[in-house]
Amino acid sequence: MKIGVITFPGSNCDADARYAATVSGHQAVQVWHKDEAIPSDAEVIILPGGFSYGDYLRTGAIARFSPIMKDVKRFASEGGLVIGICNGFQILCESGLLPGALIRNENLQFVCRDVLLRVENTNTPFTSACHGLMRIPIAHGEGRYIAPPEVLERLEAQHQVVFRYVNELGEATKDSNPNGSINNIAGIINEAGNVIGMMPHPERAIEPVLGSSDGMVVFESLTMHVQRAIESTT
Amino acid sequence: MKIYSEIDVDVSTAHELGLTREEYDRICEILGRTPSYTELGIFGVMWSEHCSYKNSILLLKTLPRTGKRMLVAAGEENAGVIDVGDGFGIVFKIESHNHPSAVEPFQGAATGVGGILRDIFTMGARPIAALNSLRFGELDSDHTKYLFKGIVHGIGNYGNCFGVPTVAGEVYFDRCYTDNPLVNAMAVGVVRTDRMASATAEGVGNPVYIMGSSTGKDGIHGASLLASREFSAESENMRPTVQVGDPFAEKLLLEATLELIASGVVVGIQDMGAAGISCSTSEMSAKGHVGMEVNLDKVPLREDDMSAYEIMLSESQERMLVVIKNGYEAQAKEICEMWEVPLTEIGVVTADGFITIRKSGRLVAHIPAESLVLGGGAPVYERERSKPSYLQLTQRKVDVGPKLQQDECTGVLLKLLSSATIASKRWVYEQYDSQVGTNSIIRSDGDAAVIRIKEIPNRAIAVSTDCNSRYAYLDPYMGGAIAVAEAARNCACVGAEPVAITNCLNFGNPYDPEVYWQFAEAVRGIGDMCRVLNTPVTGGNVSFHNESQQHAIFPTPTIGMLGLIEDIDRTVGNSFTNEGEVVVLLGWQRAELGGSEYLKIVKGRITGTAPFIDPDEEARLQRSVLRLVRDGVVTCAHDCAEGGLLVALAEMTFLHGIGITAAIPFAHNAANLFGEAQSRVLVSVPQSSLAALKAVSMEESVPMVELGRTGGDVFAIKDLVGIPVSDLKNMYDTAIPDIMSVSLV
Repeated sequence: MKIGVITFPGSNCDADARYAATVSGHQAVQVWHKDEAIPSDAEVIILPGGFSYGDYLRTGAIARFSPIMKDVKRFASEGGLVIGICNGFQILCESGLLPGALIRNENLQFVCRDVLLRVENTNTPFTSACHGLMRIPIAHGEGRYIAPPEVLERLEAQHQVVFRYVNELGEATKDSNPNGSINNIAGIINEAGNVIGMMPHPERAIEPVLGSSDGMVVFESLTMHVQRAIESTT
Repeated sequence: MKIYSEIDVDVSTAHELGLTREEYDRICEILGRTPSYTELGIFGVMWSEHCSYKNSILLLKTLPRTGKRMLVAAGEENAGVIDVGDGFGIVFKIESHNHPSAVEPFQGAATGVGGILRDIFTMGARPIAALNSLRFGELDSDHTKYLFKGIVHGIGNYGNCFGVPTVAGEVYFDRCYTDNPLVNAMAVGVVRTDRMASATAEGVGNPVYIMGSSTGKDGIHGASLLASREFSAESENMRPTVQVGDPFAEKLLLEATLELIASGVVVGIQDMGAAGISCSTSEMSAKGHVGMEVNLDKVPLREDDMSAYEIMLSESQERMLVVIKNGYEAQAKEICEMWEVPLTEIGVVTADGFITIRKSGRLVAHIPAESLVLGGGAPVYERERSKPSYLQLTQRKVDVGPKLQQDECTGVLLKLLSSATIASKRWVYEQYDSQVGTNSIIRSDGDAAVIRIKEIPNRAIAVSTDCNSRYAYLDPYMGGAIAVAEAARNCACVGAEPVAITNCLNFGNPYDPEVYWQFAEAVRGIGDMCRVLNTPVTGGNVSFHNESQQHAIFPTPTIGMLGLIEDIDRTVGNSFTNEGEVVVLLGWQRAELGGSEYLKIVKGRITGTAPFIDPDEEARLQRSVLRLVRDGVVTCAHDCAEGGLLVALAEMTFLHGIGITAAIPFAHNAANLFGEAQSRVLVSVPQSSLAALKAVSMEESVPMVELGRTGGDVFAIKDLVGIPVSDLKNMYDTAIPDIMSVSLV
């Protein structure tokens, strides 16, 4: 399938996302933030990691005003699949496509390391191929997820929490939480189930030579999603 | 010719700008008149130690600076370039930012990273890795913790935002760096050799542009007064001379620069680091044997009331000077507009060889470009040297230390593993994004970092930095030689052939004959080892005047090494990966304790002489290790370094929690167990490959000793240590976080 990866000024994981999409058998296309429209044949849009606008003001706060974001909202409202990774997740929260916010890590330090994720909901287009724990890198200074109690309750009740930081036994403990996120939340999905945001970087874990290829399942899930869609229409 | 001067200058003005009477006289002679204030300022920075290498260049020229893989001559461009085949080159360089980091740790370190990254991409290369070599005082003062925290934060902040993975480095702690920490930043990039840009101005009539950020009052006198003098009580007041970094601006500058170069519109380009517009205009002109006319009224400024002097000396970051081909200005503009990078025409290339500067309709400077630069008219000195008197005190014979029993040996091992210099640097490297770019194959889990080159299938490079300055203090010649050897050994341990170095030479005041002797000896040691290992010097940086409170730092000749890997599947890390393998020590076991971490931590002394090293033995060892890794004989390889044999063995158990049962077949004195004899590498090998290992060891005449076997979860060394790996690892992991979590405001 065709995956559009948006490049904001300051995005620095855009090339990695395109590379991962290509390695996993998809077609990747760069979308410039000043473009007014997403390519008509793109089936998935990735908002990549990085420091859009230098993280100035607040992470993601300026990128949400980029011209392309208007069309991303339109695309999402029509059911298009959108993935926000790291800074992309922050932009999705800032633009209201996902609830809650990402603030500075609890220890106030940037953190880059591999984390273990438990997939809480495999009934999404992004996680249907997932099984077992995933080892995926994180690299962020502002990845501590927070949300008001009523929002959090709804997220949990509706299985919108997709990824949680866990230890090797699969338990969401304080020690396995790298940034102080509430309920060890690493990634969430919107109510409609087509917009996902995650702090870990699946595009960095796509080949054994990089230490893990667990991130591949996200891209494989997309392939399965398309196949199912084709099967259901035929 | 009427030259406007803001104030009248004389020799006392020259003194204030860091120039000597002789240098002032020479300037008057070159110009045939008294210089204007702006001109004197330009000479002041260009002839500063930092820009002119006036006290080091003669010795640097004795280093081996040629090699068949070198694509540009050493020191000719902003960084060295090594041919890696298939039409690609690796661009790399290391540079210091010590003085700025001492007075403003966050910005000082951040702009050090920014500066070295510009050196890489100004050549048309995309940065693929960053490294850093840091030195601090002991972590027992709040000030040192403040510097440590701020510098690590600054490095991380800049590199992370810019989008380059910080993949390796080293951190040492010694009292001598208390007021003068060292921040040596290295960057590595990949370039298509047919798209390399040069820092040369050519073509009379071609327009000259300034690209990137606007020019402000930050960093004025950074090179001349801050970097080229010792610290004093007033240094704190020099904080305004430290530049302020904007990694976001640099990221945009990177993309715009690479696109400009790729589009073919660039004649020449140079980044603005030390001495800003003064340096870039004069160096680019001198190199192309042309001149430049610049109108300072066109330079975008951050504040209106800047004088010509201030504009010429500003070290505002994220700026480039570019000469564009006549007729291609519109194309250049279009590229920069897309990336929202300002591009402003400020002058033109001329034939007369002069830097001609105008402001407000007045001529403010008119100087032959050649007279300003290294290799041209900049002064060159050979300073007086004398063997330091402290050596009489330190070079006492050190015996092999006591024979250690189990309890004592375990105690020493735990103490060493939790000493800040040896302990895990995870607290540091987890603050750096080490993976962006998805090329980082080996990071903290190997003796050198391994970065793949996506452009060339299966190919990778290894990079490392190294310098044990304690050895250099005790014997600068050996210290220089060992720094090269160890950096190369680190590359060999991951399966990379060491091919070239960049160096960052950090010393005290060169006008002190004892310091100059250290410098000369270290350079001699580097040169000798580089010749034997066939790793030429591609460039680098000299940082003098690293002194405070009347004492110089330990001489610290940091080496950045580049190694090549032909097959990405034939690399190994430095940790045991399988149970039941044979652990072998390759190399020469010499009972030495001089300059060891053991002596420092256990005895509180920095004495003796540096470990012995024989370049020929070292070359044979490295060749053996390289063969063993490349032929798939060994599954991991680790250099014996600080802390010696037992510390190295312990380090190999940590990553996978695989223990070892071994015996040390040498006398159990401190020197054999914790001494830092050179030319030793530990490897782990499956029983089935042991014969292949023996064959290589015989062929290369490198001694080998079987120590024991991997397995279990205990670090069990017969009669010496028997303790769970997890206990050792806990000490190793928590030492620095524990120190940093206490009493830091």
